[in-house]
Amino acid sequence: MNRPEIIDESGDKYKYGFTTDIEADTAPVGLTEDIIRLISRKKEEPEWLLDWRLKAFEFWQTMQEPTWAKLSYDKIDYQSLHYYSAPKQKVAPKSLSEVDKNLLETYDKLGIPLKEQEALAGVVAVDAVFDSVSVATTYRAKLAEKGIIFCSISEAIKNHPDLVKKYLGSVVPYTDNYFACLNSAVFTDGSFVYIPKGVKSPMELSTYFRINAKNTGQFERTLIVAEDDSYVSYLEGCTAPQRDENQLHAAIVEIVVMNNAEVKYSTVQNWYPGDKDGKGGVYNFVTKRAACRGANSKISWTQVETGSAVTWKYPSCVLQGDNSVGEFYSVAITNNRQQADTGTKMIHIGKNTTSKIISKGISAGFSNQTYRGLVKVTPQADNARNYSQCDSLLIGTNCGSHTVPYVENRNRSAVLEHEATTSKISEEQLFYCQQRGIGEEEAVSLIVNGFCKEVMQHLPMEFAIEAAKLINISLEGSVG
Amino acid sequence: MSAPILEIEDLCAEVGGKQIIKDFNLTINEGEVHAIMGPNGAGKSTLSYVLCGKSGYKVTSGSVRFKGKDLLSMSTEERAREGIFLIMQYPVEIPGVPSTTFLKHAVNAVRQHQGLPELDTMEFLKMVREEGRKLGIDNEMLKRPINVGFSGGEKKRMEALEMTILKPSFAILDEADSGLDIDAMKVVADSVNALRDNKRAMLIITHFQRLLNYVEPDYVHIFANGHIVKTGDKHLAVELEQNGYAEYVKEN
Repeated sequence: MNRPEIIDESGDKYKYGFTTDIEADTAPVGLTEDIIRLISRKKEEPEWLLDWRLKAFEFWQTMQEPTWAKLSYDKIDYQSLHYYSAPKQKVAPKSLSEVDKNLLETYDKLGIPLKEQEALAGVVAVDAVFDSVSVATTYRAKLAEKGIIFCSISEAIKNHPDLVKKYLGSVVPYTDNYFACLNSAVFTDGSFVYIPKGVKSPMELSTYFRINAKNTGQFERTLIVAEDDSYVSYLEGCTAPQRDENQLHAAIVEIVVMNNAEVKYSTVQNWYPGDKDGKGGVYNFVTKRAACRGANSKISWTQVETGSAVTWKYPSCVLQGDNSVGEFYSVAITNNRQQADTGTKMIHIGKNTTSKIISKGISAGFSNQTYRGLVKVTPQADNARNYSQCDSLLIGTNCGSHTVPYVENRNRSAVLEHEATTSKISEEQLFYCQQRGIGEEEAVSLIVNGFCKEVMQHLPMEFAIEAAKLINISLEGSVG
Repeated sequence: MSAPILEIEDLCAEVGGKQIIKDFNLTINEGEVHAIMGPNGAGKSTLSYVLCGKSGYKVTSGSVRFKGKDLLSMSTEERAREGIFLIMQYPVEIPGVPSTTFLKHAVNAVRQHQGLPELDTMEFLKMVREEGRKLGIDNEMLKRPINVGFSGGEKKRMEALEMTILKPSFAILDEADSGLDIDAMKVVADSVNALRDNKRAMLIITHFQRLLNYVEPDYVHIFANGHIVKTGDKHLAVELEQNGYAEYVKEN
């Protein structure tokens, strides 16, 4: 058990930097087969899942941490981390009234008034993951009427084992990459969504991830299955307390989209980015992938990445079904010493598949940012189309921006377009704004929001407002 | 007797290490319209940028008082909020920022400075649409990103709209008629004339006399070699149009 201390956050701008003093049930430091058995036992998992975890762990030990990304960070000591930390609660909460009061206050501070939401029966259903464990899922009853399953993945393993067994690892196998493999061995919680055939989710589903405990890796795993003719819009938000040590986050999101189904996945990532000298911050190594298995299926990723010290993330679309569509809209902002290597993969397999990539990168301070993307057209993917647009905006003279687009085309009928621009906020634009009375920081925020507009307009309204605010906070102090 | 709004004394300024403004003196009183005319490349625009505090334009000596306050110690945005407005020769494009959004930020920044409450979106839209209509700017144009893909005439109409809603006490028109057809020039001139009253003042910087047929100045100054070399009334502009600047440029 450990009780995290409160970190003094005076003079810093990261408003989610507080910690919650809550009793936690934490596994000993280090990663061994015994720890994995412990996690599995704590979660009362079936044998097949433990076996799968152990196989992943065995495989992981044969793997090397990837070095191809344009990122530099201190070597991660995987044996110095806790792999399980849960807010201590005697019995699993059946409803919000049973959830620890401190925890609920934390979510209030984060702007997610769970109670209020349940009472008001509003528009968003929320699953909140605190450290490793999902603590509350709102609106469950209302969604259940439609046959929609929205719960923590731990509950899904207990209550819907066949569904989980069928799809878990089917889009991102544990052999996929180093961080995905690690996640498969030690994942502790995450969200599960199942949208039955013909059902359009009546509300947006939302998960908030929060790292609280010290020296704890967070390894969530999200699985979304959209059956034929279904639709869901899913939102994901992330924050972490401010700590001097780096925190490791290695998550997986797997999405399966069947015939004529559509999934819209939006992320606002605001993990603690470290201080202005690059001390502390979250290492964010995430594997997100959607398989458009059905004909006419569609996946749309929208991400606003403002947080984390190091980001390694490439939400991807595997376009297997004929006429399937993949979209990736991204805004990534790095300031101070942040580093981001992010982009997408569009794998065209079915016929008449279409993909679109709009990436907007904004670098300020001493930060470094890379767009890395792959557009792959396989031999059978007739009439594939891709449009890629990667724009970079530099603020100041000490930051870096890089664009690395890979294209692998094995089919002559493919039409692939790529546009890339790099620009700076011009003196003329700033002068124009300031001459009209607009202050310099407000002017920069106006120009940056204009630059990101194509992406932001794909976010659901309430998320877009939050994201615009975050962009402004991220860029504070970047001019002048 | 009206009070001075702008008092420039012995101003010297340089750009990129090159002195452009030398021992420049000019006082403009409330209610007055002054025109500064001069040959191309004489540094007329430099004067407007120096007054607005654009970075890169360095004052080396002299003083400028605006409504009695030290102008040179203010930031660009403070000068704007105090009431200086520059109609630019080449208004810049800002992609993705709707004109209405830009205008709202500007109006509220100025209102806040004046201690007035911010306009809410509905009040603001009503006002801006109404003023826009008078200037031939429709609602569609107001939604477009500011200046992006606008024609020369559209850009100047937008400048005129900004001026109209910001109601500056001192407007500078920097070659505001360049590249404009007569109709667009009239729109600019009308908006300037509409703003003109016994409290506000204007400074028109121009190469040609054309605009002065529509906005009649009280004084015309000839600018050469970094300062004013001759001052007259509106007839001086007509004379210049006939005889050119040669006589004034050969001073040194």
